[in-house]
Amino acid sequence: MSVLNNAVAEKSVHWIEVGGLNDIPPLGTRVVRTTQGDIALFRTMDDKVFALRDACPHKGGPLSQGIVHGTRVTCPLHNWMIELESGQAVAPDQGHTACYPVKVVQGVVSISLQRD
Amino acid sequence: MKEKLVLIGNGMAGVRTLEELLKVAPDKYEITVFGSEPYGNYNRILLSPVLAGEKTVAEIMLNDMQWYADNGITLHCGKEVVEIDRAKRKVVADDGTCADYDRLLLATGSNPFVVPVPGHQLPGVVTFRDIRDVQLMMDASKQSRHAVVIGGGLLGLEAANGLMRQGMNVTVVHIHETLMERQLDRVAGEMLRKSLEERGMYFHMPAQTVEILGEERVRGVRFKDGSELYADLVVMAVGIRPNIDLAKKAGIYCERGIVVNDTLQTYDPCIYAVGECVQHRSQTYGLVAPLFEQAKVCANHLAHLGYSRYQGSLTSTKLKVTGIDLFSAGDFTGDDSTEEIVLKDASQGTYKKLVLKDNRIRGAVMYGDTGDGAWYFQLMRDGSDIGAFRDHLMFGQAHLGDAGHGGQSKAAAMSDTMEVCGCNGVCKGTIVKAISEKGLFTLEEVRAHTKASSSCGSCTGLVEQIMASVLGGGYTAAPKEKPLCKCSDHTHDEVRKAIRERHLLTIREVMQHFEWSTPDGCHSCRPALNYYLLCAWPAEYQDDPQSRFINERVHANIQKDGTYSVVPRMWGGVTTANELRTIADVVDKFSIPTVKVTGGQRIDLLGVKKEDLPAVWGDLNKGGLVSGHAYGKALRTVKTCVGKEWCRFGVQDSTAMGIRLEHRTWGSWMPHKFKMAVSGCPRNCAEATIKDFGVVAVDSGWELHVGGNGGVKIRPTDLLCKVKTEDEVEEYCCAFIQLYREEARYLDRTAPWIERVGLAYVKQRVVEDVQNRKALYARFIESQKYAQIDPWAERAAHEVQRYEFIPLKQVV
Repeated sequence: MSVLNNAVAEKSVHWIEVGGLNDIPPLGTRVVRTTQGDIALFRTMDDKVFALRDACPHKGGPLSQGIVHGTRVTCPLHNWMIELESGQAVAPDQGHTACYPVKVVQGVVSISLQRD
Repeated sequence: MKEKLVLIGNGMAGVRTLEELLKVAPDKYEITVFGSEPYGNYNRILLSPVLAGEKTVAEIMLNDMQWYADNGITLHCGKEVVEIDRAKRKVVADDGTCADYDRLLLATGSNPFVVPVPGHQLPGVVTFRDIRDVQLMMDASKQSRHAVVIGGGLLGLEAANGLMRQGMNVTVVHIHETLMERQLDRVAGEMLRKSLEERGMYFHMPAQTVEILGEERVRGVRFKDGSELYADLVVMAVGIRPNIDLAKKAGIYCERGIVVNDTLQTYDPCIYAVGECVQHRSQTYGLVAPLFEQAKVCANHLAHLGYSRYQGSLTSTKLKVTGIDLFSAGDFTGDDSTEEIVLKDASQGTYKKLVLKDNRIRGAVMYGDTGDGAWYFQLMRDGSDIGAFRDHLMFGQAHLGDAGHGGQSKAAAMSDTMEVCGCNGVCKGTIVKAISEKGLFTLEEVRAHTKASSSCGSCTGLVEQIMASVLGGGYTAAPKEKPLCKCSDHTHDEVRKAIRERHLLTIREVMQHFEWSTPDGCHSCRPALNYYLLCAWPAEYQDDPQSRFINERVHANIQKDGTYSVVPRMWGGVTTANELRTIADVVDKFSIPTVKVTGGQRIDLLGVKKEDLPAVWGDLNKGGLVSGHAYGKALRTVKTCVGKEWCRFGVQDSTAMGIRLEHRTWGSWMPHKFKMAVSGCPRNCAEATIKDFGVVAVDSGWELHVGGNGGVKIRPTDLLCKVKTEDEVEEYCCAFIQLYREEARYLDRTAPWIERVGLAYVKQRVVEDVQNRKALYARFIESQKYAQIDPWAERAAHEVQRYEFIPLKQVV
């Protein structure tokens, strides 16, 4: 199974293996610590995985601590909703959180630090 | 091929139905709209402020031409449909434009009623219904000086106020003795007249118009008693009539309006109707709230979902005249079987009247201070028994406007720059602007766009007042029973019932049973469902951590910087040197930056890193400390005073009582947080009378108090009963908690729950019905078997949910 959430040419991307799909509970989240700061991984009900900078565009709340539903996460601090696919806040709120490319191949999750 | 839907009437009800339809079935229909006015859909409610010069036409547009294009809707504007051919299923407009339909939606609205007196067709006689009328009036106000408005109802007074603001001399002519007689009683009507007179409006009433005078143009009005008034503009605002001509011509069954059933279907099954043209269960409506309720139901049926029903609306009224606050709802005159409570303070300009029957509100009229209108309206819609607080009912929901906005409780008296929401720093002007510019109609929409009242909620009453003063009767009060969240139309109570009766055991089963509109719910419904399931099936239900708010998922309170706070339990607020030493050691070992004593007689350790939590808990456990559940919708603290063991006034051992209650009840999940206190004498040093369950010792036993709140909305407790023994205190306490757990809606504190169901009900279930109390107590004790496991110990020792506390990977 291969899920590529971003249209990034496979070859030019430096992928970093971060763990197994099963390390992230369905509708759950995990954090990857990087030199660029924390990155939150989200697993949806249909086993898609998304990666966002772990900071809400509103007040920097850790999105990794939010509730995942559909392809959105609700920030735990003030209930802003963020689209996992785009990092965009759900209207009427406005803001954007950086997204990172993710791929899942044979149950192994990799991310790239080249954010879009 | 897509089915064809034609909408006749490009107004608020029709277009709202399309919006609701596009939400649930965006691709079902090819949609065509006919509107006789040459505009997109605009907010008719805001025509009064346009006339008063407070807003422009552009500012009140709800759907501009781009909206129709974006949604692939064909709009024929400025074209009036003149014929419906039901046999061929097509409509024909006045210019010959035709459109076929599979489904037809009629939203033809209403027409202003023109009194057919001689002269009513003279130039200078206008009605007040659409943009054209407003423009005619505004043009007239530039050349003319004297206006007569016929009709002293809502519409007439708003027109009169607008013309006065445009600089005209305005006289209101009314056939009845009091203004707005359908909404106000005599006293309120006279107060309204007085304050409008002070603003410079003239009145001629009671007076029956018999002729409009003039030859080329209007020049006056003559009355039945022979008197005359000079006028160069006459506004007819005596009322509206459902516009049913087209439907009638097509042979669709009409009475006063187009008759529809609970699905908004007319007698022709292909044809639906919504809005002011509709007659439903013998009622017609002229306010926006009911029209929007109809729109939602109608869309549901057009989308072939087929489950929702419109069952009629209760409406309330506000007048949109800047600076005048009045409110009216229900039956405000009463009859032989009703009672009245009246409060009048003429010099303050306030008047309140409530009409009651069997301790339930039947109707209300308020003038001046209308802050509690929404509350009375809610009590009326819910049919709440107000017996328990009848003696202070008139003084309002005393806690309205307590915290965060300087005690303001009258929105009309506030300037635009005054802060309404102290949590999010939102001023009145910002709210007013958002309502009109963004076309907001509901409290939820205002909260989403402005954030006002979206945090602690204490300014909700003020925000509702502001909405009412901008939108008048257009504002939607909370529906009688709110759906659980946006993912479903079903109410909390319906969902709970199904969980019990159908033995539903997972969140997924509940969502499937009720056909949730989202694949896996949202942050509102999932925690609620998780709670309802564990409350109904304590032994069987498998808790779903992903459906818990982060605090309950990781058993600590998230802070603004993403660290956590940790509050160990201190039974009854009593601690020991060893416990304090353990805490001190933990603080040192983990470099915890802040240690704070809480209001609930415990100690809060703030700024703990998430990955340190299990180790912190492990150390605290070793010192005998367990989770205090300070993070949960659960039993929080039992605050106590020292009682008779030390205090020279104490009459019972309140500390021991508190500790016993805390040992019995800790760990139980609830609809919301739950606080208790035990005081050793009536001096009540533990402040038990602002707790969810408070115990006050007296010489002969214990008083039990329920439903208090000392936070956002201060509410003293109600006395439940008095008991003699400590065993009884425990039994009543657990029974009360279980009743609250089983029957309150998720996120209801005990205070609003008791106000809704009535203290009499709670007394009946817990005090009077002994069998039921014993049964409640037994169910509580049973559920505690599964709840009293220290979550900190599990995570510190057995590594439950270990993944929560460690990063997936460290990338260097």
